[in-house]
Amino acid sequence: MQLRNKDILGIKDLDRDEIELILDTAESLKWVSNRDIKKVPTLRGKTIINLFFEASTRTRTSFEIAGKRMSADVINISASSSSAVKGETLIDTAKNLQAMSPDIIVVRHGSSGAPQIISGAVKASVINAGDGCHEHPSQSLLDLLTIRQVKGQIEGLRIAIIGDIKHSRVARSNIYALTKMGAQVVVAGFPTLLPPEIEKMGASIRKTLDEAIIDADVIMMLRIQKERMTGPYFPTEREYSMLFGLNAKRLKSAKSDVTIMHPGPVNRGVEISPEVADGPYSVILEQVANGVAIRMALLYLLSGRKHEESRKEARDENNN
Amino acid sequence: MKTIISGGKVIDPSQDLDGLFDVAIEDGVIYDIFPTGKADLKADNVIDAKGLIVMPGIIDMHVHLRDPGYEYKEDIESGTLAAAAGGVTAVACMANTKPVNDNATVTEEILKKAKDKGHVKVYPIGAATMGLKGEELAEIGSMHAAGIVAVSDDGMPLKSSEMMRCVLEYSLTFDMPVISHAEDPDLSKNGSMNEGYLSTIMGLKGVPNAAEDVMVMRDITLSELTGAKLHIAHISTEGAVSLVREAKKRGVKVTAEAAPHHFTITESAVEGYKTDAKMNPPLRSEKDVTAIRKGLKDGTIDAIATDHAPHSSIEKDVEFECAANGILGLETMLPLTLKLVDEGVLSLTEAIRKLTINPAEIIGVQGGSLKKGMPADITIVDLNAEHTVDRNRMKSKSKNTPFHGWTFKGKTLYTLVNGEIVYKEEIDE
Repeated sequence: MQLRNKDILGIKDLDRDEIELILDTAESLKWVSNRDIKKVPTLRGKTIINLFFEASTRTRTSFEIAGKRMSADVINISASSSSAVKGETLIDTAKNLQAMSPDIIVVRHGSSGAPQIISGAVKASVINAGDGCHEHPSQSLLDLLTIRQVKGQIEGLRIAIIGDIKHSRVARSNIYALTKMGAQVVVAGFPTLLPPEIEKMGASIRKTLDEAIIDADVIMMLRIQKERMTGPYFPTEREYSMLFGLNAKRLKSAKSDVTIMHPGPVNRGVEISPEVADGPYSVILEQVANGVAIRMALLYLLSGRKHEESRKEARDENNN
Repeated sequence: MKTIISGGKVIDPSQDLDGLFDVAIEDGVIYDIFPTGKADLKADNVIDAKGLIVMPGIIDMHVHLRDPGYEYKEDIESGTLAAAAGGVTAVACMANTKPVNDNATVTEEILKKAKDKGHVKVYPIGAATMGLKGEELAEIGSMHAAGIVAVSDDGMPLKSSEMMRCVLEYSLTFDMPVISHAEDPDLSKNGSMNEGYLSTIMGLKGVPNAAEDVMVMRDITLSELTGAKLHIAHISTEGAVSLVREAKKRGVKVTAEAAPHHFTITESAVEGYKTDAKMNPPLRSEKDVTAIRKGLKDGTIDAIATDHAPHSSIEKDVEFECAANGILGLETMLPLTLKLVDEGVLSLTEAIRKLTINPAEIIGVQGGSLKKGMPADITIVDLNAEHTVDRNRMKSKSKNTPFHGWTFKGKTLYTLVNGEIVYKEEIDE
């Protein structure tokens, strides 16, 4: 089997069997990163452009390493401004990149939907590496891989996502992904930080942190997205931390085998206390390690899909 | 110079006319209307309208012609040609040009250009405040003398209630309506689509209905306070329709318009980040569309107006949040209104009333009627002609329409302004 679409724009577009394919592929590619010589020739001759309109250390590095471990040529472009500032339209930017024949374009953008707009203008596959408050599919997939590793399976688990849901693309991708995989998702945060009609996505709302974590198998703490906040959503970080920060005392009411996750970067002492972030329940660094495997899988599967397509095109041409 | 439009079904709500009549035009005005075949009038020109609808020319009281300042999007010549092609014989153009139409010099300039290059009549709307900034009153009196028909800061919400009160009171002198772009700019801040489930999953900040409702409520209250004429532009929410309905019952001098897109499509048109469906107020929910249709039907909403807002690819081929608000309207206004008739929301007569005499009365201009002595501004429509909207063949300079590819029944065949044919459908293209 292979992926159905040319692009990975969001978990919303993926079916459960595609998600499982990605997770299994990532699992099977992990050994590359554990070897002494961390390189295989799988993507030799492929060109991958990391087009980052928004600052990122973790995700960009992770995609870069993933591409390089499979011998692709990886080019990083930091486009610091949107088309509004630059005077070039987003579609022009996309067409210019396409003219250089990349195989995959990895896009991070502060504006929701930008990767989709780009994908409509290029032949290359587009991977959304996080767009505005919309989706962050590769983060969600690495979260799934991590949960599967720790818990054995995802189906039937109860996952609590806590914090600034409104501005979180990670929350949206994870609600889609986890519910597709058969987990139950609860969300909790100040009402000012919950987007309208979030329940319709399949998550149920708990009013307080304690109510949300009491029966959770996995707790995902979200970063406060200060850079995306435009209104008076909560008074102070102190009060945020008091009501929705996860600390050791609070954690006592959680299950004894609970797993704590955070997509990073962590606002230590605000949404999560240092002793919890570094504590025994935390798998934050495993998440990062799995990120490389997931991104290798995405690059591999999209390239394979392209390869199949071009072989099919060539066959069709020969037959005509 | 005499012209006869013969054999058509004439519908003119201004004089309750609905039947087969010949319309005689002389020197640019309606000379007389006779039952078909009864007139023995020698004409220089006969337009055969058998099987067609003959109606007063459409008056679109909400248009952005972008001239002066943004001629790459539209200018008076292209905008009025688009109007003519859409069966529109007069447009009222909003003040958000560059420079802003906030003084008589700009008003005069627009009118001069309209006279030289325009295909249809142009009625400028003056800014309520200098530079649309909401801080200082514009010289409404001088602009009125120069020819404006209404005042509005359309595009920019008038945030200050005190300023809105003054604009309403000041406009009393000139008996002009104040057109309110009802939006609370704090509630709508950074919003780029309707607020709801769809904005949640698309990760976009939404504009709640309340942003419109609270301002409609404020402006109605201020209209009651001052006794001034208030007109609500591009009504988009269920709540605003109810507020206007209640205010009218109380006798408040309030009128309202709805744009064809707001009674035809919902927010789902923006799915896939389609910037050609991005506008302000945004496309709303099914519930709101239903309420607007109900408001049109029961008379709460007086007029249909397009908010024709041309933009180029520079403003539209960009990130959704960065894309400019607005879509084309002039060339799809009539077919979208006829669709409403087809769907049983309005009778043909009621639809024509909202396109012609009602807007004429709101902005106080001649037209919208085929009464004897009125200017011969006439639209002739084939209700059965099918056509498909093609953004590349529109008369507007811009292409930003979400209706590209839609097939409609009903097409303008002739548009006459002051008795002159300004648009004639080319049959064998």
